[in-house]
Amino acid sequence: MNRIIKIILLDILKNKIVLAYTLILAALSWSSFALEDNSAKGLLTILNVILFTVPLVSILFSTIYLYNSSEFIELLLSQPIKRRKIWTSLFLGLSLSMVLAFGIGAGIPLLVNAPDSVGLMMIAIGCLISVIFVALAFLSSILTRDKAKGIGIAIMTWLFFALLFDGIVLFLLFQLADYPIENAMVGITALSPIDLARIQILMHLDVSAMMGYTGAIFKDFFGTSIGLIVSFLLLCLWVIVPFFISLKKFNQKDL
Amino acid sequence: MKNLVYIFFFLSLICNAKTITVGKTYPVKTIKHALTLAIDGDTIIVTKGVYKEGNIIINKKIAFLGKNYPILDGQNKFEVLSVAADSVLVKGFKIINSGYAALDDPCGIKVYDRNFVRIENNILDNNFFGIYLQNCKNSIVKNNTIRAYGKQEQLIGNGIHCWKSEHLQIIGNRISGHRDGIYFEFVTQSVIWRNISNNNIRYGLHFMFSNDDSYITNVFKGNGAGVAVMFTKNVKMFNNYFEENWGDSAYGLLLKEIADSYIFNNRFARNTSGIYMEGTSRIKVEKNVFEANGWGMKIQASCMENEIVNNNYVGNTFDISTNGSLVLNTFNSNYWDKYEGYDLNKDGIGDVPYHPLSLFAVLTENNPSAMILFRSFMITLLDKSEKVLPSITPDNFIDNKPLMKSLPL
Amino acid sequence: MIDIQNITKKFGKLAVLQDINLSFQKGQCIALIGPNGCGKTTLIKAILGMVLPDSGSITVNGKSILGEYLYRNNIGYMPQIGRYPDNMTIGQIIEMIKKVRNSTADLDEELIRAFELDKMFDKQMRTLSGGTTQKVSAVLAFLFNPEVLILDEPTAGLDPLASEILKEKIIREKEKGKLILITSHLLSELDDLITEIIFMQEGKVHFHQKIEDLKASTQEDKISKAIAKILKNNRHEPHY
Repeated sequence: MNRIIKIILLDILKNKIVLAYTLILAALSWSSFALEDNSAKGLLTILNVILFTVPLVSILFSTIYLYNSSEFIELLLSQPIKRRKIWTSLFLGLSLSMVLAFGIGAGIPLLVNAPDSVGLMMIAIGCLISVIFVALAFLSSILTRDKAKGIGIAIMTWLFFALLFDGIVLFLLFQLADYPIENAMVGITALSPIDLARIQILMHLDVSAMMGYTGAIFKDFFGTSIGLIVSFLLLCLWVIVPFFISLKKFNQKDL
Repeated sequence: MKNLVYIFFFLSLICNAKTITVGKTYPVKTIKHALTLAIDGDTIIVTKGVYKEGNIIINKKIAFLGKNYPILDGQNKFEVLSVAADSVLVKGFKIINSGYAALDDPCGIKVYDRNFVRIENNILDNNFFGIYLQNCKNSIVKNNTIRAYGKQEQLIGNGIHCWKSEHLQIIGNRISGHRDGIYFEFVTQSVIWRNISNNNIRYGLHFMFSNDDSYITNVFKGNGAGVAVMFTKNVKMFNNYFEENWGDSAYGLLLKEIADSYIFNNRFARNTSGIYMEGTSRIKVEKNVFEANGWGMKIQASCMENEIVNNNYVGNTFDISTNGSLVLNTFNSNYWDKYEGYDLNKDGIGDVPYHPLSLFAVLTENNPSAMILFRSFMITLLDKSEKVLPSITPDNFIDNKPLMKSLPL
Repeated sequence: MIDIQNITKKFGKLAVLQDINLSFQKGQCIALIGPNGCGKTTLIKAILGMVLPDSGSITVNGKSILGEYLYRNNIGYMPQIGRYPDNMTIGQIIEMIKKVRNSTADLDEELIRAFELDKMFDKQMRTLSGGTTQKVSAVLAFLFNPEVLILDEPTAGLDPLASEILKEKIIREKEKGKLILITSHLLSELDDLITEIIFMQEGKVHFHQKIEDLKASTQEDKISKAIAKILKNNRHEPHY
């Protein structure tokens, strides 16, 4: 396994897009921290990066990379290697490089400028979001042979989780404002990894507001350590489920 | 010559006064015995030890002093110390385990209808009420440490409870674990200075029908519901810290039916709401810092003619929120860290007015569960467009002279 | 050595392989021929495990290959159109495959020298001509001394010199007792190589004969002529 991951990792890290992604993340993070004397604005910038840029780059880059490495996959398949191993190695290689890019680009400025629970939480969540969207990329690229279609699916997936899902939730909130839907809302957030991630970061970033007011639901679920564990487990499920579906499909795919 | 005679007369009085020492190794073994021996002007010194004498009533003008913190134990049955004479000084005791009752409020130290009483440097531990001043004048409560371990509001009394009094000085006390840290009802012309009131179950400071008071340089931290000032006129609140009061109805400072007051140079940090105002009028809020609160200020539509000037709003989730569209208060020359305007003429004042009320603050006011969407990309988009074209938020909710740099407070 | 039993494969509605039964032994050199789209490549890919048949079984050395991968240690595969990661050089590709196999067996680098690839080790794959790419494919197929060689159109795109080198190499390997499976359109090329011939048509095995039998029954000397004769006799099958 290690040999193949190493080969893939080296191949990806040589890729100019990953390098550019890292640099852009770093430029954004450092400049937003440098702009203000308190770290609040910088944290907000990175939060938006985590919720918006990281998913987009992760899913798009991974999808394109997978389509572009179809030859490579074919070559490996004629060698005495398990299919499962090839696919898993690709996944680990891509995840690792995305996490590395995020860690170097945004993680280091976070550690330097906000070395507290918020910063650490953001790094953890950012890495998880990277891996989740790599997993979703694997799913979208295995669904169709057509590269254009696959990239389309990837972009739609991103758009749905980054924007449309929240729109639907907002709509539901106001349509059903007269009903006690708060607990249901907590459940609904589990359906979007970006929302889960956002709320976990909010619990640290806007602790004063989140601990009060709507209090009960947030405090009683997300605020507790059980809530934290459940959220992280759910985020991990968002990695495991799409990847295993794609792995199963890959095992049965004709090349 | 006449003055000299007076001085001589007083000196002779002092010289006449005697000191009674109480302790195991002394002739006088019990406090109660000492009290029967004492006359006005005497001093009773209680040496180290545990005294379980039920309710001790001081009914003479004496100085009642503890040496090395003798313990007065109420055995969870009695009111420990009752003061029923003017000009009594109580100093240096550790008073523990007062009785618990729902009707007659047993206390660590209770003063009944007296003047010129001083209660200083005592430690009160695990009492139902700590220090209770009832109908007192010109009295001082100073440097006491008051601890209790209340779990429920109904099962514990207040730390320092003052009722129907005037000219009190509450100075340098530390209060924790009571229902309200300091409680004022019908107390006028008094000052609360340099106290630390933290982790009380309800309010750090609870203030009702108490006009013409000041509270200065106190710390109110981690109380169940923060500080409440209600139904009062002419209160001055200077240099206080209101911190970490979290919860559904927790406020750094709750103002209800307050008029003609002045809130100056306080610091509101990490509260669910920094200040919550309801039915408040003619208040000036000046040079305060609002930092990392959920809501910097919540100003209900029932407030009018309040002036909010020269404050710093930094790192709050929402700076301002309100429940209506009526705006009868003025905002001027505050610093808002969320301000994104510019200053072309470099006079330190932003050239574009600032709308401190965000769309999402209004949304969550109407529908609190919408908080779940906070900081999502969708909401950020909506908020930005609302800033450009206000449609839901009242457009006269505005700071015309937002500062470019924060005030050095 | 390789047994194929009742293999069927459909891509959508198109039946690419229909009930194929074949068996290959050591020392044989088998030509797999037939018109375009008759299922030759699919059959090869099925043996390699790249295409999963809908039904039937394939065994190598008596073991089913379903879900297996280690048997590919014994197979060298040269694809019809070799596709390699664009930004890798020839040297890197060969290095990578060596690493992936992690084989301790002696490497057969004869073809690298014969094709003079060692002089072009630094060239990136995307800059190579089709013929050079084929040479790389051939090198990789022979590199690990496999017991089975599967060559899909090996000489297509190669210049006559390289083609000759490859042919000689195949003959040498055959003499070592290896099983060699070749698909080709160019029947003339196969004359000195093969011991058996399989003719596929529309996903079915049309016939499977030893060369001697084939030549004897058709009384022809050249394979191409023999095939042509057979096909002529089958004229009643109008679609060829």
